[in-house]
Amino acid sequence: MIENKSLGSKIFDVCNVIVLILISLVCIVPLWYILMVSVSSKEAVNAGLVTFWPVGFNLLSYQKILGETAFLKSFWISLQRVVLGGALGVGCTLLVAYPLSRSNSQFPKRNIFMWILIFCMLFNGGTIPWYMTMRSYHLTDNVWGLVLSGGLPVFNVIMAMNFFRNLPSELEEVAYVDGADPWTSFIKINIPLAKPMIATITLLTIVGHWNDFFQGLVLSTKQSNYPLQTYIQQMVVTQNYSTMTVEQIKEMVQLNNQSLDAAKIFIAMVPILMIYPFLQKYFVKGITLGSVKG
Amino acid sequence: MFNKKFLKQYYFMLIPGFIWLALVSIVPMFGIIMAFQNYNPIDGILKSQFVGLENFRYMFQISDTKQVLINTVIIAVGKMIGNLIVPLIFALLLNELCIKKLFRPIQTIVYLPYFISWVILAKIILNIFGYTGPINAFMQHFNLEPVNFFGRPDLFRPLVIGTDIWKGFGYNAVIYLAALLGIDPTLYEAAAVDGAGRFSRLWHITLPGIKTTIALLAILSLGNVLNAGFDQIFNLYNPLVYSTGDVLDTWVYRAGLVELQFSLATAVGLLKSVVSMILIALGYWLADKFAGYKIF
Repeated sequence: MIENKSLGSKIFDVCNVIVLILISLVCIVPLWYILMVSVSSKEAVNAGLVTFWPVGFNLLSYQKILGETAFLKSFWISLQRVVLGGALGVGCTLLVAYPLSRSNSQFPKRNIFMWILIFCMLFNGGTIPWYMTMRSYHLTDNVWGLVLSGGLPVFNVIMAMNFFRNLPSELEEVAYVDGADPWTSFIKINIPLAKPMIATITLLTIVGHWNDFFQGLVLSTKQSNYPLQTYIQQMVVTQNYSTMTVEQIKEMVQLNNQSLDAAKIFIAMVPILMIYPFLQKYFVKGITLGSVKG
Repeated sequence: MFNKKFLKQYYFMLIPGFIWLALVSIVPMFGIIMAFQNYNPIDGILKSQFVGLENFRYMFQISDTKQVLINTVIIAVGKMIGNLIVPLIFALLLNELCIKKLFRPIQTIVYLPYFISWVILAKIILNIFGYTGPINAFMQHFNLEPVNFFGRPDLFRPLVIGTDIWKGFGYNAVIYLAALLGIDPTLYEAAAVDGAGRFSRLWHITLPGIKTTIALLAILSLGNVLNAGFDQIFNLYNPLVYSTGDVLDTWVYRAGLVELQFSLATAVGLLKSVVSMILIALGYWLADKFAGYKIF
């Protein structure tokens, strides 16, 4: 911009920077806070002394977690779920998306399958019928139940389909002239060109599996089969606040080891933080992939 | 170009995904019959007594459902409005940022909560707003009585709406920021030459430039009218705030999977599914008609 800024404009600039930094802090401080609680002493936490810095710094909580088999088992279940669910989810998504990205002349029945997909995206049987069905398949208390019970990720399929459709078709046409079939063209041409899209849907699938607690809660009859998020969700025993006085609630809070709980919460966040740089790189594309331009 | 051998391969590729879809998404749809039955697990879905619309009639008789519906709509609409406006304001502020070096770091930080589960965020939020948390500790400095934030019916809705906006505004702003980038920069230069101030440029160029995007997002959020956010509320609420915080999804969960009133819960769930489907379809149709937005 070529103009000289007026005084008001300059004041606005300064305020704007301050406001935006404050907004960013509001987003990050709660996560920082839980980390601080996890490395502070139990007593300091219970006394409400911990805010932004550790008080009585120690790593006891993390040491204790290593001895908690239930927590470690839940972590392992979630890890298995993410790997299996990620592979299956992305694999099926791409396999469905590719044929549906063909034109009506190449694949005349395409629209029928498209409408089935759209219908499944808009409508579902509801929680209770879904739960009954999963139970009738004996998908309770095992990792396959967690992998499969979410169903085909229809939204990802549509995203992938739109991406395949927008790829230039010349390469493929040349391959067909050379005698290639759709399978070869899918593996050798479309998949390599679709790497950014595949990264996006892989990340979305992984995050979805890692973050889900509901399927783990409903489909597990035993605590030892909980995935990590369900374990965390059930961590503090649900109590009836309505019959308790303020003192009783405070007392109950003291009995919990808040520092240990905070450490578990933080560890459950670590995988997301680890893939966050990739998420950031690809998810903006993910949003815009969802739509077709004009 | 049509080729029979090719067609066979296309079908072959569709098989795994559509089997999965059929087993997990389509088969449960038949379970909707339960909503019209007096379902009894011993008799199963084939032999349970058929009662027609009895469950729906009963649903409207119990006082619970009315309150639950009101809670759902208030929380959901509050979120829809907040999630439309707050990210817009944030995007506009970020767009006006004069220190360009800060742009990336700020964006990186504000997206983060979006990717973290409600289970974890709810634990953190309950911790922060709890009796031994920093907010009550801070209030004690001013000799204020400690507040049980998530135990007060009057505070529950604003807290739920507020924390939802907090989680998502960074992510939701991305679409606005993309739209802002699409505005022709020469328009700003021309306006500056004409002596337009910053505010008038915002009013006459920026906002008109992204008004389609704003309208599109508003239309597409229509389908959420009955969607108050199960994960969030389930992890934040407790019996103290049922009066203002219990929503359709949490009610269905408790009625169906805790109290085992399968038929009633299915009926309420079905009503929600149908209304939501109509609203989402309407949203897509309007988006296509007025903004040329197609999902496929």
